Amino acid sequence: MNLINHETVVKRMKSRLSKNSISKWIFFALTMFVLLILGILLFRIFSQGFGYLDLQFLQSLPSRKPENAGVYAALIGTIWLMAVVAPVSLLLGVGTAIYLEEYAKDNVITNFIKVNISNLAGVPSIVFGLLGLTVFVRALAFGTSVLAAGLTMSLLVLPVIIVAAQEAIRAVPNQLREASFGLGATKWQTIVRIVLPAAIPGILTGGILALSRAIGETAPLVVLGMPLFLAFLPKTLLDSITVLPLQIYNWTGRPQVEFHALAAAGIIVLLVMLIIMNSIAVLIRNKFQKRY
Amino acid sequence: MKSFKKLALTAMMTGVLAITAACGAQGTEGNKEQAGEETKQLQGEIKIDGSSTVFPIMEAVVEEYGMTQPGVKVSVGSSGTGGGFKAFIAGETELSNASRPIKDEEAAGLKEKGIDFTEVKLAFDGLSVVVNKDNDWVESLTIDDLKKIWIEDGTTKKWSDINPDWPAEEIKLYSPGADSGTFDYFDEVILDEQPIVQKATLSEDDNILVQGVKGDKNAIGYFGYAYYAENKDSLKVVKIDGGNGPVEPNNKTIESGEYAPLSRPLFTYVKNSAIKDQEEVYDFVKFLLENAATLSEDVGYVKLPEADYTKQLDTLETLK
Repeated sequence: MNLINHETVVKRMKSRLSKNSISKWIFFALTMFVLLILGILLFRIFSQGFGYLDLQFLQSLPSRKPENAGVYAALIGTIWLMAVVAPVSLLLGVGTAIYLEEYAKDNVITNFIKVNISNLAGVPSIVFGLLGLTVFVRALAFGTSVLAAGLTMSLLVLPVIIVAAQEAIRAVPNQLREASFGLGATKWQTIVRIVLPAAIPGILTGGILALSRAIGETAPLVVLGMPLFLAFLPKTLLDSITVLPLQIYNWTGRPQVEFHALAAAGIIVLLVMLIIMNSIAVLIRNKFQKRY
Repeated sequence: MKSFKKLALTAMMTGVLAITAACGAQGTEGNKEQAGEETKQLQGEIKIDGSSTVFPIMEAVVEEYGMTQPGVKVSVGSSGTGGGFKAFIAGETELSNASRPIKDEEAAGLKEKGIDFTEVKLAFDGLSVVVNKDNDWVESLTIDDLKKIWIEDGTTKKWSDINPDWPAEEIKLYSPGADSGTFDYFDEVILDEQPIVQKATLSEDDNILVQGVKGDKNAIGYFGYAYYAENKDSLKVVKIDGGNGPVEPNNKTIESGEYAPLSRPLFTYVKNSAIKDQEEVYDFVKFLLENAATLSEDVGYVKLPEADYTKQLDTLETLK
């Protein structure tokens, strides 16, 4: 007796194979569509902004004359902002994640905190701006300083970092921890020498995403009342700064077309900064990934 | 693959270094230029915030001021007229830019905090009402026409409602967002604080309004004169009849006040105590009044008559 009807199989095989190739092409088309949009975006920005992109653009303060205008103050301000946001948000975020994953008991309160942290990640950035305005700018009287802006941005990206770090720590195999305990290591030794090194690639990925968001955010800084035009550079944490997204936002709103081109050039500078940041992080990640 | 990564990284790091090096070179340059100046060099900090409409004027003034007084650290924000006044009341700023006169409740808030202030008029902006280039029927509108077009009354507005000779097509409206001083001014002069047509497209970015009117034959919109001046070739401006015949907005009619009632003054509000106690604030406001005429024209606004500036300079002297 023939258990398999070869005729039916052959008949169905054709439709299955064609379904297979159709779905392949659909997904290929979707990917291409996304790439195409990205390509158009990049093309528009580069064709518009490239003419203004030179050393003078990086070294000049903003000006009413487009040919003299530059992003110097904003660029330095962005670097200062990152210098505050990166350590503050990473320390707080990873610390919280370690506590929640390694120390905290699995009870209702811990779960409540975890759910709320995930919710915070979805809160509109402008709300964090209002929080920063009330707490850092007004109540603690930091004014529109690097510190106030940096702390506000840190709060904004904190949930993202915590969630990513939690996932990364959870993904470390339990056997590693048990082996470490078995050798007589304390909890702290296990966390520092075993868990964190294994989790660092994941933590960094989340951290990079978070910092990339912080570098491009405008809304909370507008709410804080950060100045747009500065004729001086920050020297201490309590000095005012202006940052690239604010400068770009301002230029796009101007009536003169030349300023729109300047905005495009500013976007290119911002993109380059992002690429540099990302590649440094990728490098660190690859270094640690080799160990496990 | 690996060597490619290394190569890419090296390229990026070189980029960083180039940027850093370029930034480092900047510092010394600014100081040299100042060596020859004979004016007294002041030190201090001035914080300015407020209207984004006034921002370009302030930016230009601060840019020029920085060349004569590099020791004075001036920062200019653009939180909008209302947001600027909030910071002004909180005592965070010395100057507050505004594209409308101060409101009673804002003045009351300042009084409560014991902050005396002086209103300084900087320039004029002519709110320009524009239509699409292909619109060949509208030449001028009266204030009543504008009211008919812009105030919500539950009906769909057609051009033929305004003038029976015009096409019976729906008017598409484009207006600045309700947070802007531009809207506030229009609200006061045209809308009489009645609601604006619900279907109107509101945007905080005036360039979006320009694009909107450019793209729709039945569109009408309004925004600052500078946005019209930049897009003269692709927009058609409507003459406004304020009772004395139709007037087109241009530098002359706006300065003389002939383009009424849609030409509005732009202000900055100064804290009196700052003028008295901080020499750099007095010096800056003086510089501001002496240069506002040229610099505001530079960035697309219209200067006040000469006498207005001299009068305000006299007032400044009494405050010192």
